[in-house]
Amino acid sequence: MTVVEDRPATAEAPPPRRANPLWALLRNSWRQLTSMRTALLLLFLLALAAVPGSIFPQRTVNRENVQEYFAEHPKLAPAIDRFFAFDVYSSPWFAAIYLLLFTSLVGCVLPRLREHVRALTTVPPDAPKRMDRLPQHFAATVRPQPPAATAEGIAKFLRGRRFRTRLRELPDGGWTVSAEKGFFKETGNLLFHFALLSVLVGVGFGHWYGWHANRLLVTGPDQGFCNTITQFDDSSLGPRVSSSDLPDFCLKLTEFQATYQTTGQPKSFLATVAVSEDGGADQIRSFTVNDPLRLDGANVYLLGQGYAPVLRFTDRYGVQQTKTVPFLPTDGMLTSEGVAQFPDVNIDPKTNKRDDKLQVGFEGVYLPTGGTDGSARSTFPAENNPVLYLAAYRGDLGLDVGIPGSVYALDRTQIETGRLTKVSGERPYVLRPGETWTLDDGSKLEFVGTQKFATLSIRYDPTQFMLLIGSVLGLAGLMLSLAVHRRRVWFRVSPAPDDAGSSVIEAGGLPRTDYSGFADEFTALTQGVVKEGKS
Amino acid sequence: MAELSDQLMAFTVLAYLAAMICYAGEYAFGKRSRIGRAASRQLVGAGAPVPPVEKVAPEPEKPSRGEWSGRIAVVLTFLGLALHLGSAATRGLAAERMPWGNMYEYIVSATLVGSVVWAGVLLRKPAVRHLGLFVSLSLVVLLGAANLIAYTPVGPLVPALNSYWFVVHVSTIIVSSGIFLIGAVPATMFLIKNGYDEGKRSFPYTLGRRVSDAAGLERLTFRLHAFAFPLFTFGALIAGPLWAEASWGRYWGWDPKEVWAFISWIVYAAYLHARATPSVKRTVATWIALAGFVTMLMNLFGVNLFFEGLHSYADAG
Ligand code: HEM
Repeated sequence: MTVVEDRPATAEAPPPRRANPLWALLRNSWRQLTSMRTALLLLFLLALAAVPGSIFPQRTVNRENVQEYFAEHPKLAPAIDRFFAFDVYSSPWFAAIYLLLFTSLVGCVLPRLREHVRALTTVPPDAPKRMDRLPQHFAATVRPQPPAATAEGIAKFLRGRRFRTRLRELPDGGWTVSAEKGFFKETGNLLFHFALLSVLVGVGFGHWYGWHANRLLVTGPDQGFCNTITQFDDSSLGPRVSSSDLPDFCLKLTEFQATYQTTGQPKSFLATVAVSEDGGADQIRSFTVNDPLRLDGANVYLLGQGYAPVLRFTDRYGVQQTKTVPFLPTDGMLTSEGVAQFPDVNIDPKTNKRDDKLQVGFEGVYLPTGGTDGSARSTFPAENNPVLYLAAYRGDLGLDVGIPGSVYALDRTQIETGRLTKVSGERPYVLRPGETWTLDDGSKLEFVGTQKFATLSIRYDPTQFMLLIGSVLGLAGLMLSLAVHRRRVWFRVSPAPDDAGSSVIEAGGLPRTDYSGFADEFTALTQGVVKEGKS
Repeated sequence: MAELSDQLMAFTVLAYLAAMICYAGEYAFGKRSRIGRAASRQLVGAGAPVPPVEKVAPEPEKPSRGEWSGRIAVVLTFLGLALHLGSAATRGLAAERMPWGNMYEYIVSATLVGSVVWAGVLLRKPAVRHLGLFVSLSLVVLLGAANLIAYTPVGPLVPALNSYWFVVHVSTIIVSSGIFLIGAVPATMFLIKNGYDEGKRSFPYTLGRRVSDAAGLERLTFRLHAFAFPLFTFGALIAGPLWAEASWGRYWGWDPKEVWAFISWIVYAAYLHARATPSVKRTVATWIALAGFVTMLMNLFGVNLFFEGLHSYADAG
């Protein structure tokens, strides 16, 4: 508040000259943009603009939800998509608002910084003529010391209370003491606003130079992966990152432990991995939710878990293939859905040709704890009574078409067009670990067991730490700004009319911000000065 | 222990409810003479509006019925606070952790902070007792809502919440929300009083008749907000992202709860700006503060109930 009122409005007004209308327009717009009212308006706009992002699903938050929304609202979704309804926080209009706000912030803060430096380097101004007009006033009393010594004593007292003080001698032999305190308010306020700027810049750099990727990792030494783009299920590199910039490490999940409450709520997770960085030897490390694996140049976060059934298929010619296929959990009890696809089976050893009509796929549900009622829902997330319900399909799996299909579901169009047909009965076949299912053509499927898998997020954000520092500094500035009050007090020490050896003091005080405790402080100060003078 | 907590909660709501009735009693038939005078004044002024005369005539020394009602209300407020504290504490003991692991516990704790702050304000400034009607009303409504739509049986934390950043993050947000809640009360009263002074005589403004010090209310509003704002900044924009980084790998992801925390923060920042801008009227600034509180409520109820997000404790049981 002070700052705004303080600015000498007239002193800086340019000398009147014929204004270039364009220049005048520009200058006026800039003045408008950097005014507090515009800042207020832009803050409101920013708050308002953030709302749609919580109403519509966001691509950056959850891609599947956006797809679902498109399926549910086939008309509306593409229409609002043109207005970036699903990418609100990277939309041009959101950017326009915050960029304007931050431009306004720069335009507002830079002049204030200059002002503040000036205020810090100039001395407190002289006492006003009429102290009784000030919000706080202390009527004259007589001190038994000459003015110079009294003023010196007052100044010392005020300096002891960390006031910046200045003594001035008056022509009539009197003295004034000007004192000011609370510069940290503006310092803190500027620090806060500059910290906001640094956070915006930091977020921008983090976006440019950061990257992240996801990977589902099954336990077992042969399931590991190394940190390259092709090994990720999906990834997103910042505009300034190329795939060769990724740090070199390899991960194998050696063990995944999960414990649960009796209600099935998870109690704890622990992933143990063998890591090799920069081609070095394997190191055993473990990490968990809330406690990521911090590597050089990347952090690995544990996001989820699940089961991957191990299935051994023996085709009609007796050739065996084993696959470990992760099933995706669909609920908290880890009811999981997935498929196992065997495109390269039933190859006649005589012709050695693959027959597109004889590929085999299995689709179904895995329950770590199957219920006794035969329902397709797991009743507990640990493997107390594991059951696998499968349906078998034979025909063309449609994997060769070149369109990357889901690895968690069979291609529906192949089934609808009859190129892939169900060869098991109406009800899914029930398999328990170790059991084998013989299909109509004599081929066999054995449910060997399961492996655990973990879903991992691998991320790198180079500015994260800087942002933390920036925001902590900003918070410190904010607290200073809100807690400190800037105020001035003046003492006028005049020679007593009848006695040159003593003096009369009068005091006034001006709080320069809304500060309800100032009256008390002023009283304490004047009382202190009076008492000090007596001793 | 869990049952004890639920029973204590029932009595807490009853105590606040009783306090609310007593505060209302102080309003309604309170200082008889004054109300009577105001009523006759309004009759006189029925044809030609008379500017309100706010000179408070010295009250007779003997406490009136309304005065007694107000005193009982204060006692009931403190009783409610004690029961409230007991309910939160026994719940924490039953769950063997801090009682803020889900939406129900969150509301119970935030309102507890609000109640403590209100008790502090009452002790330091007994003159603002008349605000108690609104404080107890909001406590009853929020706790009632917590019990009706958000009640969750005692249970342990899911692993995602098992972090010391969780304690820091949630506790600071709870404390700041509690203070924002109490800050909304003098804000509302200031607006009512202001409307009353401008001659508005329809329902909520009639409550302004009893309120004397508009500027004092406005200052109290500001001080509560200025105290809660940095705390909220720390909880929502520093501790929250720190925890989110450790847990989900990103410090900020525009999850609906994060979005609304951001909105609240921006709106409260706008309030502080508006109040610091001389050309913006204090009533306008105060409306912004109330808008901020509405966004907090939206985050608590709206987001938990309507949107799907990562904040698993947000599930309304
Ligand atoms: C990026 C958005 C902004 C945010 C989040 C923000 C936030 C805040 C907050 C919370 C305060 C109150 C605490 C304090 O007094 O230090 C404040 C004060 C202030 N802000 Fe901002 N601000 C923003 C942009 C701006 C802009 C663009 C301007 C200039 C037009 C500005 C000028 C001021 C001034 C002059 C004060 C001091 C008020 C006083 O004296 O109490 N701010 N700001």
